[in-house]
Amino acid sequence: MNGNEPNPAATMKRATPEPQPRPAKAADGKRVDHARSAKQFLNAPEHAKSHDTRVWAMRSKRDKQAHTIEEWEELRQLASDIKTHTLTNLDTYLEQFEANAKANGIHVHWAKDGAEHNRIIHEIFNDHGVKSVIKAKSMLMEECGFRHYMDGVGIEIVETDLGERIQQLDGEDPSHIVVPPVHKMRSDVARLFADKLGSDPENDDAHYLAGAQRDATRPLILDADAGMTGANFAVAETGGFVVCTNEGNADLSANVPNLHVASIGIEKLVPRVEDMGVFIRLLSRSALGSPITQYTSHFRGPKQGGEMHVVLVDNGRSKRLGMEKFWSSLKCIRCGACMNTCPVYRRSGGLSYGATYAGPLGLILNPTFDAHRYSNLPFASTLNGSCTNVCPVKINIHEQIFGWRQVLAENGHLPWTKKTGLAAAGKVLASPKGYRAAIKATNSALKHLPRWAIYNRMNAWGEGREMPSPPDNGTFHDWYKRHRLNRDGASRNTPEN
Amino acid sequence: MQIGLFVPCFIDAFYPGVGIATLELLERFDCNVDYPFDQTCCGQPMVNSGCHDEARATEALFVKNFAKYDLIVAPSGSCVHQIRDNLTAVEQTPEVKHVRENTLELVEFLHDVLKVDAFPWARFEHRVGYHDSCNTLRNLGHGKPSELHGEYFSKPRALLEKVAGIELVSIDRPDECCGFGGTFSVTEPEVSTQMGQDKIADHGRNGAEYIVSADSSCLMHQSGCAARIGAPIRFKHIAEILNGASQ
Repeated sequence: MNGNEPNPAATMKRATPEPQPRPAKAADGKRVDHARSAKQFLNAPEHAKSHDTRVWAMRSKRDKQAHTIEEWEELRQLASDIKTHTLTNLDTYLEQFEANAKANGIHVHWAKDGAEHNRIIHEIFNDHGVKSVIKAKSMLMEECGFRHYMDGVGIEIVETDLGERIQQLDGEDPSHIVVPPVHKMRSDVARLFADKLGSDPENDDAHYLAGAQRDATRPLILDADAGMTGANFAVAETGGFVVCTNEGNADLSANVPNLHVASIGIEKLVPRVEDMGVFIRLLSRSALGSPITQYTSHFRGPKQGGEMHVVLVDNGRSKRLGMEKFWSSLKCIRCGACMNTCPVYRRSGGLSYGATYAGPLGLILNPTFDAHRYSNLPFASTLNGSCTNVCPVKINIHEQIFGWRQVLAENGHLPWTKKTGLAAAGKVLASPKGYRAAIKATNSALKHLPRWAIYNRMNAWGEGREMPSPPDNGTFHDWYKRHRLNRDGASRNTPEN
Repeated sequence: MQIGLFVPCFIDAFYPGVGIATLELLERFDCNVDYPFDQTCCGQPMVNSGCHDEARATEALFVKNFAKYDLIVAPSGSCVHQIRDNLTAVEQTPEVKHVRENTLELVEFLHDVLKVDAFPWARFEHRVGYHDSCNTLRNLGHGKPSELHGEYFSKPRALLEKVAGIELVSIDRPDECCGFGGTFSVTEPEVSTQMGQDKIADHGRNGAEYIVSADSSCLMHQSGCAARIGAPIRFKHIAEILNGASQ
């Protein structure tokens, strides 16, 4: 069957589709306002509903897969332990990896941050006269602002992952680390491809759209001067690395051109090839609820006549390794399970986080890059804890979210109104008399104030909810005084209030 | 054994019936229960916002009020989680440790300590959707969350199943958070409300007449959402049903 044939059902004219919500980016030096962007996302109900449904489906499939494996929870513990061991001995394993990679004929570079990463690769490209590059998906390269840098120096980067390509053509960041355009509906993609690739704007059939992209991108792949990949794992004992994809695009990127450059975060190390037997079983089941990725490719050295470079990138990882409460976030294998299970992420869309990483993982990673800019993010959580339970490497994500709140509060990153409001609450709640007076005042206000005085823009609770009604016969405290203290006449406490 | 009853601030103010049901229920089982009169709050609103310094005096007052009891019981999962796991702003004296180690949520107390096997006075002839609050489920271990692999169990459902006439319904997303989240409910009102409405809708389409939970804070949020859109679903704390409420 030719995937490019239009599906007649999908080409039927519909009412004008809902436009895609596009949250504004926070200006330099400003805090990302997650709540505001989330509101904007929810104001596009078709997108919001579709996003929640689609992302929840990944969580459900993950549960089904995980529950078929009797030793699932032991596997998670094993993976977590391997990562603890590796991160504890990271210097040793990095040196071992470097030595073995070099012995395999790989050029190894070290980059302390995103800028150095971009510069190193730019130099490699200059040495080879590279003008066009095909690239597989890499969150690390997103962190480094790699594509943006290459735009600036006139080197063309073509994303080969379909989802990432959609986001590139749209000039948008990925909203999900595994499914970059998951916030878009097919109609959005149809319009985008019509604009950028000349496809039929009325045809939003997924096969048609994928075919249109493939037709447009394949020639670019064949002509590219260099290929880039990230890595899911780097194996110290072999000096090789492993890339997992579902589209085979990493294999195209790595194998078609003669020059392959891989960017690898230093936390991606595992000691042995046999450790893959643990991580590969967990990765795709956690991510998409599929038993394994379609392609799990082990790269160990340059192809015949080719050249391979590996750039090992720190970009804040060493600093994070030294953070007592937060170092274990380095165990993350970027599966996205925490995003899929997160009820806040599903309702607000990934772009509302205004950062490289969205969802629970983003709440604990982004503040390590810029505490003030991302100081609202750890509050974009109900602390429900399901992220921790789905994490294949057992990162205590919700406890770290809680921990970040304390760090941000202690370092003056809380909005002034919040800080002073909570300080006032703390004073009232520390005083039995003040507390009783406050309850009396609240209940009296709720009982006697007119509706407009309670439900207005100062009352965030009342925007979408009714306030609780004050009880007819007073508080529990009042009831206890009436019904218990006078009954037997002897309580260990003297009511003073 | 002397039990100190902790009635959290919003239950005291808005849901006295939950406090009364808890006390009466404990008395039905011949527990020796006392309600310390100077109690206020466990400190959770401040602590969950990262403001531990601001919570210190409230935490100290809590310990002062409750240190004299053998056990402290509260009908609120999130408050018990705060006391047990996060009451750390005050110096960790033996008194503080005693309070933290001996505070139990009502369902835990009934299920694990009293090991109640019958509620002869209780009859609730309605279809009930049970709401596992995230704190009771994942922090206190009321049951097996759907995302974890393992043997199913649910302490609150095991208790409710002993109530005559009750019909428990299951919902599509059994332990999805309802969106309350403490201050989250006012700092992210739109997401919070959307989650609340989705939660109510899930219960509604699966036939629940009542949503029942061990956390009144979740119910306060959900009932506020339901009232705004006029959803005909009703809300009860588990203590009220176990104590014999009929509607």
